[in-house]
Amino acid sequence: MKKTGPVVLGFIVGMLMLIQYFTPNAWVEARYNNVLDWKQVVFGITLILGVISLFLYHWRKIERKEKGWGYSVITVGGLIFMIAVAIIFTPERGPYPWMFDYVQAPMQSTMFALLAFYVASASYRAFRARGFHAALLLTAGVIVMMGRVPLGEQMGLHHISSWILDYPNLAAKRGIMIGVGLGMTATAIKIILGIERTYLGKGA
Amino acid sequence: MMARSVLAAILLLLALSVTAGAQAPEGSAALTEESLSWLSSWFRTDRFPAALATLTFGVLLLYFVHHARAGRDLYIRRIAGLEAVDEAVGRATEMGRPILYSPGLDPMEEVATVASVNILGQVARKAGEYETRLIMPNRDPIVMTVSQEVVKEAYTEVGRPDLFDPNDIYYTTQSQFGYAAAVCGTMMREKPATNFFIGHFYAESLILAETGNATGAIQIAGTDSDSQLPFFICACDYTLIGEELYAGSVYLSREPLLLGALKGQDIAKVIILAILVVGSVLTMLGLDLRSLLG
Repeated sequence: MKKTGPVVLGFIVGMLMLIQYFTPNAWVEARYNNVLDWKQVVFGITLILGVISLFLYHWRKIERKEKGWGYSVITVGGLIFMIAVAIIFTPERGPYPWMFDYVQAPMQSTMFALLAFYVASASYRAFRARGFHAALLLTAGVIVMMGRVPLGEQMGLHHISSWILDYPNLAAKRGIMIGVGLGMTATAIKIILGIERTYLGKGA
Repeated sequence: MMARSVLAAILLLLALSVTAGAQAPEGSAALTEESLSWLSSWFRTDRFPAALATLTFGVLLLYFVHHARAGRDLYIRRIAGLEAVDEAVGRATEMGRPILYSPGLDPMEEVATVASVNILGQVARKAGEYETRLIMPNRDPIVMTVSQEVVKEAYTEVGRPDLFDPNDIYYTTQSQFGYAAAVCGTMMREKPATNFFIGHFYAESLILAETGNATGAIQIAGTDSDSQLPFFICACDYTLIGEELYAGSVYLSREPLLLGALKGQDIAKVIILAILVVGSVLTMLGLDLRSLLG
């Protein structure tokens, strides 16, 4: 029952989701909306579990004085502080929106900005012409980049750049997308029919 | 038996579609309209091609699963990224360092996350066998809860339930770049010997992969996000491209039934390829396929 229950439940809910996509029937649509509502409830409960997990993970690090435990103090402190100010001052005013606008948002922007440096370092490694394929990648990369700037346009490279993007690049992308689509459908069918049970453990 | 039922359903759908689209004699116009209205109250006729494709694909899968059940040998091509899983886990064991596994940013209902959790089960089994610690930061609390169960189950199967520590599969934050910062921080502090980035990723993919590269870890990535694939290919040792992500757990478990399903997937690709070639040729010959299909 421990193994059969989830498979049967997966089949019923999976079939309901599949059927609702193909039918405009009001009853099926209502059940679909019920499932979406329940998902929100489950998410809310697991979010509490998540916050407890985050707290315990960092608390353990602080307790054992593990490497980098100072960061855990900041994390736990930040977590308690934000919850406290949201309760005391409400999330709309006071330190809560201030912390969000002037601490969290700039930190997120900083992480995003780091991407520029990582693109440079990854491109350097990828564009080293060590073999035929790398040289081909380098040539295509240079043409596409040049074709996107005014100088390249004056040199007539924008036509070659567009051709590379619209034909070989798009063809490869579509090939990948067809494979992805089939893979998604196959995984969904396997789970609905109970063929794929890896997530339940090998003995399932 | 099941394959036959699905085939019957396809034929029924085809018949319904043909009936709905057929030219009706003058006297029966009202009846046809009524039938059409009844049909469209139960079935979205505009989604008929999708229904037909899903059913055909379902039949193919079931046929090859049946084929595999009969014990026939099925050839599956070698996938380098999955062949390297053993080596990657072994390396972490030899170096006495942990393995880091990131399931991506998407929630549990996304198929890429389901595929990632399936692969996680196989990786956890190997980690359990080699007694290597597995760390998994999560962005979604539902994915975290499911992953904890999967890893616990995998450790129990290899006879090492004592190795399971729920604190190693933890929640970080819902924020995209907050998650990236948390994973990068973990990589810099814990210095995992092996990093797995398996699932659906967005702009943070390169931040994660480049940080992992800087720590000298062996990296195996897998995603169905075509815009992030180039970044993983540049910065990781092995990359599972698109559909290979979905084939991952099958390839690692080598379960005959699942291999059958994988074979069905390959045949579906051959059929799509044939349709594309025939369609392209007909279009080049100046035939309007839309008018031909009515």
